[in-house]
Amino acid sequence: MESKLNIDKNKVKSCRRDASKIASKVQKFIDIHSTTAVERTLCRLFGVDGIDEYDVPLPNIVVEALADNNLLGSGAADFFARSILHTKMTPQEIAESIAEYKFEFDALPQFSEDKKKEVLQKETAKALERIKKRTAQREVYLKEFGEKQGPLLYVIVATGDIREDAVQAVAAAKQGADVIAVIRTTGQSLLDYVPYGETHEGFGGTYATQENFRIMREALDEAGREEGRYIRLCNYCSGLCMPEIAVMGAFERLDMMLNDALYGILFRNINMKRTLIDQYFSRIINAYAGVIINTGEDNYLTTSDAYEQAHTVLASQFINEQLAKKAGLKESQMGLGHAFEMSPQLKDSFVYELAQAQMAREIFPDAPLKYMPPTKHKTGDIFMANVQDALFNMVTKVTGQRIHLLGMLTEAIHTPFMSDRALSIQNAQYIFNAMDSLGDEITFKKDGKMANRADEVLGKAEKLLDKIEKKGLFASLSEGVFADIKRGETEGRGLEGVFKKNKDYVNPFMDRMKKELEERP
Amino acid sequence: MSGYSTAKKNYDKKLDLTKLKPYGDTLNDGRVQLSFTLPVKNCEKSTEAAKALAAKMGLKETVVASVKPLDDDFTFYVLYGSVDAGIDYTAIDAPSAVSKAMSMKETDECIKRDIGRKIVVVGASTGTDAHTVGIDAIMNMKGYAGHYGLERYEMIEAHNMGAQVANIDMIRYALEKKADVLLVSQTVTQKDIHIQNLTQLVEMAEAEGIREDVLLICGGARISHRLAKELGYDAGFGSGKFADDVATYIVKEMAKRKSARRRSK
Repeated sequence: MESKLNIDKNKVKSCRRDASKIASKVQKFIDIHSTTAVERTLCRLFGVDGIDEYDVPLPNIVVEALADNNLLGSGAADFFARSILHTKMTPQEIAESIAEYKFEFDALPQFSEDKKKEVLQKETAKALERIKKRTAQREVYLKEFGEKQGPLLYVIVATGDIREDAVQAVAAAKQGADVIAVIRTTGQSLLDYVPYGETHEGFGGTYATQENFRIMREALDEAGREEGRYIRLCNYCSGLCMPEIAVMGAFERLDMMLNDALYGILFRNINMKRTLIDQYFSRIINAYAGVIINTGEDNYLTTSDAYEQAHTVLASQFINEQLAKKAGLKESQMGLGHAFEMSPQLKDSFVYELAQAQMAREIFPDAPLKYMPPTKHKTGDIFMANVQDALFNMVTKVTGQRIHLLGMLTEAIHTPFMSDRALSIQNAQYIFNAMDSLGDEITFKKDGKMANRADEVLGKAEKLLDKIEKKGLFASLSEGVFADIKRGETEGRGLEGVFKKNKDYVNPFMDRMKKELEERP
Repeated sequence: MSGYSTAKKNYDKKLDLTKLKPYGDTLNDGRVQLSFTLPVKNCEKSTEAAKALAAKMGLKETVVASVKPLDDDFTFYVLYGSVDAGIDYTAIDAPSAVSKAMSMKETDECIKRDIGRKIVVVGASTGTDAHTVGIDAIMNMKGYAGHYGLERYEMIEAHNMGAQVANIDMIRYALEKKADVLLVSQTVTQKDIHIQNLTQLVEMAEAEGIREDVLLICGGARISHRLAKELGYDAGFGSGKFADDVATYIVKEMAKRKSARRRSK
């Protein structure tokens, strides 16, 4: 692709180099640690599911019991290997006996490495087979219906009731939506467990549970078959249960996941160590399940000024790209986030938005960029909002953004009505059709406002990355480099769930996924 | 659609504030626009139903301007009609916390003169509400829509706790910082959870024995000054209010209380 903005390749290279160093430093920390959420995820990969009489999920019960019995340092996989060999029970039966206080931890003998390995190999193969079988269906559908070209229209549903969500989602799909995201109930990211079963109550959204995933998947598959299109399902793999949500999504064939530790650190005050460890395993699972991750840089601009802080978005995208690479995600799975959030009062705001979107497109040419609509400067004036969204739709079309989150004219008023979504889709479809070839037809002035703006943002991002590289990501976050929000290394939720791996710690699921990912073309 | 009518209409040409009506293009024409979705199939019958519903709402001379099927069993309508009823404007009572906002400079001077020290403000978006837009708009240095936030005021010490702050944590923090003002934001809520949450903070402040020592202020798109008062707050700020409105209220109210205390001594 020829650059329309005359992007300085050396600056881009320097950004990537620094981002890669930043990610490597973080990775060193990640590699020697695990978390309670990671261990619960292993329980789920062993097939453990369900809740006890107090609605506590079995994976939580198992991991808490391991901690109480001083077994957590070696990991849940080591425990299950030993207990399977010892009791000849299935992992689910073992979990149930722990929940009933019947399991005798003191009587658990040690076994040879070879014996444990053999059991773990079997269990690993079983779980990965389950994921592969489920996600292969996506390829079947895409082959049958073909892949949609151009921007994917992404809308949210958020009724709190999964059955109502399904009605809204199917209606949206029929109106032309390509991706349905089920917004989670407020505060779920702060729960240190994943609720269980079908749910009908939520605030500002619907609980992410495996059963809710399954219900929505089924509804969208059916709508997709009727429409002859594959409708993608998106949820939120963030918060304190990142890797657990990832594995549940893999089991139920979700296609897209918000999956960004930086977002959790900044906007949900989740401890940075905890969430970066969780993110690594969750991204490996997402990579393995063919999920496109979405990152949350767009949110920086809801608290910081979109014009002044544009470079922080770009810098963060570089870091997220490198962290994603380490987890085996391909560029085609990196929905790096950015947004159309400049103040409508700013002169030439559209020109700058266009420049920045084109810049992101050129710097990450193979990534399905996630482009967020205006929200901050929507006031409740639905008529003005429709115009703001129209400008945003134009930028997406002209610069070839892939994951296009539709703006809602009722933003800042309520979670979207069915009609709000329909009007928004109509707006986008009109513009995408009317401007189909516009992007190919236009070039930008050399040394014009747009080229200069892109160069300015890139230059500032380069400086910022250099600074973060020297200080380290943890220290930089505590100084408030992103979104004007400061977070200390030991602050935030979830730090108590972080622990150092023992020498004999194993995570055979992760090892096997990584190996297979490396072997994939 | 047959929206155009050449028939001459006889509206009262005078503005009667005891019978206030919406204005379309002629005084007292009462024209309004309305949109809604009916959960039925799009057909002539459902269009007629939309019209009938508008009539039941009290609209006359209704025109269904647009009909759009959203799904097999959902149809969206845009209608125009005339409201017959008028409202007695002279009898409306809508209190406002501040009648005219002062500029940042005026407020700072006012604090120096009347309070004689910095005012400590602790703000947060409380409960499960994850949105910081509201509290940021009022507190952040940069402010919103050209109105600087409280952090920028020379004479205000502003602490923004961010979103999803538990009420009890906010109270503790306010005690620690010796706050004069607690500023609570509720942005997006569902099923009126913001009401319970706002009420809880008042109860906690009372339980801690600090209710009389602080100004309790809430804000958000669904908050009005009247609602805030009903919930036990000193003031409330809805949409369209900025940091200068809040700051003006704070300094005036604090000055008022200060002189009242002096008089009672």
